[in-house]
Amino acid sequence: MRTAVVVFPGSNCDRDVKNAILDVGLGPVDMVWHDEERFPERPDLVVLPGGFSYGDYLRSGALAAKSRIMNAVRAIASEGGLVLGICNGFQILTEAGLLPGALLPNTNLRFICSKAYVRVERSDTPFTNAYIAGQIALFPIAHHEGLYFLPPDELKELECRNQVVFRYASASGSAEVGEKYSPNGSLNGIAGIINTEGNVLGLMPHPERATLKCLIWGIDGRRFWQSVGDHFGALGGLR
Amino acid sequence: MNYRDAGLSDSEYEKIKEILGREPNELETALIGVMWSEHCSYKSTRRLLSKFPQSGRHLALGPGENAGVVDCGSGWGLAFKVESHNHPSAVAPYQGAATGVGGIIRDILAMGARPAASMDGLFFGMPDSGKSTALAEGIVEGVAGYGNAVGVPTIGGKTFYDPCFEGNPLLNAFSCGLVRLDKIVSSKTARPGDLAVLLGSKTGRDGIAGASFASKELDTDNRESRGHIQIGDPFEEKLLIECCLDLLEYNLIASMQDMGAAGILSSSSEIAHKSETGIEITCERIPLRESMEPWEIFLSESQERMLLIVTPDKFEAVKAVADHYALECVTVGLVTDDGRYRVLRGKELIADLPIGILGDAPTVDWPVKTPPDLDSRRAKPKNVKSLDHMRDLRMLIGSVHGRCREDIWTQYDCQVQLRTAVEPGEAVSAIMLPDSDALVVFSMEAEPWKCRTDPFSGAAETMAQSIRTLALCGADVLGMTNCLNFPSPENPENFYDLSECVSGLAAVCRDMGCPVVSGNVSLYNETPRGGIYPSPLVVTVGLVPHYGYFVSGGSALPGDVVYLTGPVLASLGASRWQVLCGESAYAKPQGATSPYDAKMEEEFVLRAIASSRKAGVRSARVIAGGGLAVALAKEIIDSGVGMEIDLAGLDPTETLFGEGGPRAVYIVPQDNEEKFIRVWEGFPLTRLGQASGTSLVIDGIGTLSMDSLRSEYFGGAEH
Repeated sequence: MRTAVVVFPGSNCDRDVKNAILDVGLGPVDMVWHDEERFPERPDLVVLPGGFSYGDYLRSGALAAKSRIMNAVRAIASEGGLVLGICNGFQILTEAGLLPGALLPNTNLRFICSKAYVRVERSDTPFTNAYIAGQIALFPIAHHEGLYFLPPDELKELECRNQVVFRYASASGSAEVGEKYSPNGSLNGIAGIINTEGNVLGLMPHPERATLKCLIWGIDGRRFWQSVGDHFGALGGLR
Repeated sequence: MNYRDAGLSDSEYEKIKEILGREPNELETALIGVMWSEHCSYKSTRRLLSKFPQSGRHLALGPGENAGVVDCGSGWGLAFKVESHNHPSAVAPYQGAATGVGGIIRDILAMGARPAASMDGLFFGMPDSGKSTALAEGIVEGVAGYGNAVGVPTIGGKTFYDPCFEGNPLLNAFSCGLVRLDKIVSSKTARPGDLAVLLGSKTGRDGIAGASFASKELDTDNRESRGHIQIGDPFEEKLLIECCLDLLEYNLIASMQDMGAAGILSSSSEIAHKSETGIEITCERIPLRESMEPWEIFLSESQERMLLIVTPDKFEAVKAVADHYALECVTVGLVTDDGRYRVLRGKELIADLPIGILGDAPTVDWPVKTPPDLDSRRAKPKNVKSLDHMRDLRMLIGSVHGRCREDIWTQYDCQVQLRTAVEPGEAVSAIMLPDSDALVVFSMEAEPWKCRTDPFSGAAETMAQSIRTLALCGADVLGMTNCLNFPSPENPENFYDLSECVSGLAAVCRDMGCPVVSGNVSLYNETPRGGIYPSPLVVTVGLVPHYGYFVSGGSALPGDVVYLTGPVLASLGASRWQVLCGESAYAKPQGATSPYDAKMEEEFVLRAIASSRKAGVRSARVIAGGGLAVALAKEIIDSGVGMEIDLAGLDPTETLFGEGGPRAVYIVPQDNEEKFIRVWEGFPLTRLGQASGTSLVIDGIGTLSMDSLRSEYFGGAEH
C-alpha cells in the first residue's frame, strides 16, 4: 500500500502521519511537496496532514486548497483513490470543495488541545472497517477552527446520506453523542465526515496522535490505519 | 547619537576611546552601546555566573554557544536553554510572548538541532486584577499562537502568581532540540573567505534596540516602548527550521547563528569573535522592508532571520534550498582574517572596530549590601497553627496557586512530533528519545516567595526540588539551564539577593553533579510600583533509561500503603500555607524555608532512583507547594481512590503544610512493602496509612470527600 503525504509550507503533522503509518507496518510513504504537478508514483492513499498551511493566514486551508498538487489530489479522488484530510487537511478538503461544509473557530475562540472521545458511526468505510460501529475511541484534538458547520438543510441531507463517520462522545464511555459533547461547538457533534462516494474522509481529531506506543492519550488510532491497510489487503490478516 | 543615548556610562565611553585611540563615530557608538548592554553582555552577572559548575558526566557542550548540549545516549544530544522575554511581554503581551518562543526555538536550531519541545515559565499578578488578567491571557495566547503554528509542542511549564508581578509579568521560554552528537553546529567554524548569508525575513524597524530596552526598568506608561517590540511570524519560522535542517543535512553550511537581541550586529560579531576572524558587512545588501539608517539596520530585531556562514562554492546550492522554501537568501558580507568588524556602505567604510571590543564588554561590579531586614524576613512566621486543617487544604487546592492549570495548557499543542510521554500539568514533562526506550524528562521550578525571605536557601530549595522531582520519576540528572529574573542590580540589596541566589543554585548543582549548560539573565524587572521578588527559574533535564522505570503519581489502588519519605516536619516559612492561610489571608511571605542539607539530598536521590528500578512502587509524588496535604489530595484526585492517614501525634500543621527538604509520598502495594523499606533503609520513612474509600480521612483531624477535592481543584470544570 503506497501512501503520499502532501507537505504544504506550514504543515506540521506530516512526519507524524508518516511515522504512524510506518509504525503499524504500512509502507512506503512518499512525502510530496505542495508545488509538484503530480505524485511521483500513484498512491493508494493521499493524506493532507494537520498543521498551519500557509500560516493559516487568510483562512485555514484556503490558500493550500489552491496549491498546484491539489489538481492531482482531485484526480485521485475522482478516480476513486482514498483521500484523507486530518485537522488542517480537513479544512483544506472543505475549502477545495472535496467535502461539504466549513470549519469555523471553536466556540470558546481558543485553540484546544486535549483528549476527545469520538463514536465511530460507520464501520463500512475503508478508514473504519477495523472498528465496530458505535464504538467509542479516544482521538486527540488540537485546533482553533474545528466547529463543523453546514446550513440546516444541507446538514439534514448530510445526516440522511449517512456521511458522518465520527461524532464527539461523552467522556464517560456511555456512547452518548451530540452537540453538547463537541469540544468546539461542532454541529450535531460532527468530528469527521466522508463524501457520498465513500473515498474522501475529513476529520478534526488526529488518529496519528493515538498510534505510537508509550505516548500520552493512548493507541485507539491504530485501528484507523489498520482499516486502510485491510482495505488494500496490505496487512495480510496480521494485526 | 550621544553615547549616553546608546546606554554607555562616562567611564565606559572613556574606555572605548582608550581602546580605539580615537573617538568612535555615531554608528560605532551605537554598535558598542548595544553590545555592552546588560542584555547582550551580562556585564553585571558574568562574575557571579562563573560560580556555576560547567562540567559533568553527561555534558556534550557547555555554555558559550547558543544553547548547551547534553549526551542522552544512542548518539543523541539534547540542546536546551531557557530565556526570558519579560519586558516585551509586559508591554505587548501577545507579541512579546510569541517572539520569546520564536527566539528560543532559533537558539536551539542554531545548534543544528530539530526543536522538539518547549515549556513556559509564567509569573503573573493576581487574577483579580483586570490588568493582570489581560496580560496573562495575552501572554498565554502568544505562547500558543506561535508554538502551535511552528510545530513545536509545549509540553509543560510553571505558573506562579503574586502581586509583585502585577504590571511586571515574566515569560520564560524554554526549548530543547534533538541533534546527533557528531552534527552539533558551532559558531567557531567560520573561515576567512566564507560568505555571510542572511536567510529569512527582511529587516525592518521592529524591535530596534530591544536589547537596550530590556536593560532598563519599565515605565508606568509603556506605550512609547512599543517600537522596541518585535513582531513574530511562526509560518516564516517553520520554513526557516525546515530549510536550515535541510542545509545541515546536505552539509552546505560552515556555521550559523540566530538573530535575536541586537540582530545582525550580535550574530555576525559573535561568529567572527568566536571563530577568531574578522567580518565585513555591506549595508545595502541587507534586504529591507523600509528605508533605514545603518544603525537601525544593525540593531533591528526583526524576527525569523538566520545568519549562515557558507563557503563560496556552496552558495548556489544553499540558494536553491532557500528557494524551495520561498525564503530570501542573500550574501551580505564576507569573513575576513584581520580581526576587524567593518561596515561598508557602497565603497565607504562607515564603521571599523576591533572585533574584541564588541565581544568582550567590561564587567560592572555593583555594590552589595546585606538587606537590613534580612533577619526579620527569615524569622519564623507567627501563628503557625492551623485552626481548621481541612478548610485550609480546600483553600490551598482551590486557590489560583493550587488549582488545575488546564485552562492554560489546553491552549498549547502538547503532542505534535509524537514524542510527548507525560500529559501537561504533571510535576515533570517528558519526551521519548528517538530509536530508544529512554525518556528525556524535564522539571521546571521557581520559588519566588522562598527566595524573597532567604535568597540562598530559597534558591537552593528551587534547584534541589527540581532534582528530586527528576529522581523520583527515575531519572539521572543530565544538566540544567536557568533564567535569573531579578529587579535592578544597581540597588545594593537587590544585588545581594542576586548573588546569594546564584550561590544557592550553584551549591546544589555542584553537590549533585549537575552541570549548568546554558542560561539567561533578566534584570531591571521593576516598575515605579516596585520590583519583583528574586525569581530564579531552573529547568533541569534528566534521563530515564527505560520507560518501564518511569514513576509518576495517580496510580494508587485500594489497599496500597501510603509512605512519607524524608523528615516528617518541614518549614512553614514562605510556604503556600503561610502566605494563604497563615497570620492573615494573603500575607507577605515570611520565614526561611527548610535549610539545604546536601547529604540528605544525595541520600534521597539515590533511594528515589533505586525505588523506581527495583522497589515495585505504584505511584509517587514529590512534596512541593502546599506540602504533604496537597500531595495526598492530588494523588486522591488523580487516582480516584481515597486515603486513611494517621499522623500519630505529629504536629499536624508542620507535617501537613510544611515545605522544603527532600520529602515525597510513595504509594506501595502491600506485597512490595518489604522491598520498598529495604531501599529506604537509613533514611527517614513514615508509614502514614492506606489507600481506601473515597475520601481523605486524617485521623483526629478531619475528612474531605474526593468530590469536594475535585471540585476545588478543577474549579467546577467537567471531568
